[in-house]
Amino acid sequence: MAETTAFELVTPARVMMAVDASMVVIPGSLGLFGAMPRHAPTISTLQRGVVEVYVNGTVNTRIMVDGGIADVTEDKCVILAERAVSLDNTQRSDIESQRQTADTNGNTRELEFLDAVLDAL
Amino acid sequence: MANLKDLKNRIRSVKSTQKITSAMKMVAAAKLRRAQDNAEAARPYAARMSSIINSLASKATPETAPTMLVGTGADQRILLVVLSADRGLCGGFNGSIIRATRREVERLKSEGKTVDLLMVGRKAKDALKRELGDLIVDSREGIQGTAVSFADIDSIADVIRERLENGELDRCLILYNRFISAITQEVTLSSLIPVEVEETEAVDKDSASSAPYEYEPDEATVLEDLLPRNLSTQIYTAILESSASELAARMTAMDNATRNAGDLIDRLTMEYNRRRQAAITTELIEIISGAEAL
Repeated sequence: MAETTAFELVTPARVMMAVDASMVVIPGSLGLFGAMPRHAPTISTLQRGVVEVYVNGTVNTRIMVDGGIADVTEDKCVILAERAVSLDNTQRSDIESQRQTADTNGNTRELEFLDAVLDAL
Repeated sequence: MANLKDLKNRIRSVKSTQKITSAMKMVAAAKLRRAQDNAEAARPYAARMSSIINSLASKATPETAPTMLVGTGADQRILLVVLSADRGLCGGFNGSIIRATRREVERLKSEGKTVDLLMVGRKAKDALKRELGDLIVDSREGIQGTAVSFADIDSIADVIRERLENGELDRCLILYNRFISAITQEVTLSSLIPVEVEETEAVDKDSASSAPYEYEPDEATVLEDLLPRNLSTQIYTAILESSASELAARMTAMDNATRNAGDLIDRLTMEYNRRRQAAITTELIEIISGAEAL
């Protein structure tokens, strides 16, 4: 399928990913939904979960987000997330060391998020 | 009158000062690049965020909109967040923020409003502690720099949110140095609560061209979720801008200081050489006239 939707995942620190995707599966707060080209314009809050980006019909990238907001229009899909970790090129050991720091700092939210990342890896 | 030895010491001391200022300039320049990159990288997030807020805000009516979007409606208690640096030696950076704070507090007071201050950064707090100390409700230190963490920002946002919920503020403003270029920084006052919404015309045009949005779960929930994030984002971008400005100001100031030190060294060296020659000449005259007298 030639038609694509311009997918962007933006965190406060940077534009983490920008790609033309054939479908993006988004963990909306009312459940997963797929954003494909010509999707009805939607703004949805997100829950903690995995964003799956399909390029040419196969999963290209999986990114764990810790809540956020998605802005889907007919030809665009923008996700704003404060915390996002790509599941493809992340080492388990990195996450585990981050988990240690979160544990010592007593940052429970971060801890839960990293646990979820470890589960999904 | 300074003798040769004093002059020599003076030159040595200026030279070591010059070394320090030129090192500081170099460090600031290197850090500035990173800070500038950070500030630029944060812009897309903030821009997207405000475009979503804009499209939501144009639909919200003043009666139903959350207070975080429109304020409490009253205009009595104002919280002013002031961003300054933790360290000095950065030219007019802190001075201009301190001046602007003083002016703003004065202005708001003359309008009969109650002003509270939240100071981020040590310099402005120290400078204003004496005259405006009783207005300072909270302060933060050591959160600026090249790595600004979102957790620190949240702690500031929490203070604002709490005060809003407790009815301790009607409006919240933020005062910071906006980074324009390495040589210009501009003191900027912008509003955190109510949220600054762009003119509705632009929004209308935008929403007319595309189909109306669906909101999941619903508009109110999305706004409720979005506004605290937006608050943090606004503070975050302001702090990044302020950090970049601080480094730029320090770089310029230290560049000037290095150049001044160079001029001073030239002048002192010239003076030193002249004195040295004078001393030699005097000695020679003494020897010659001594020989002649024989």
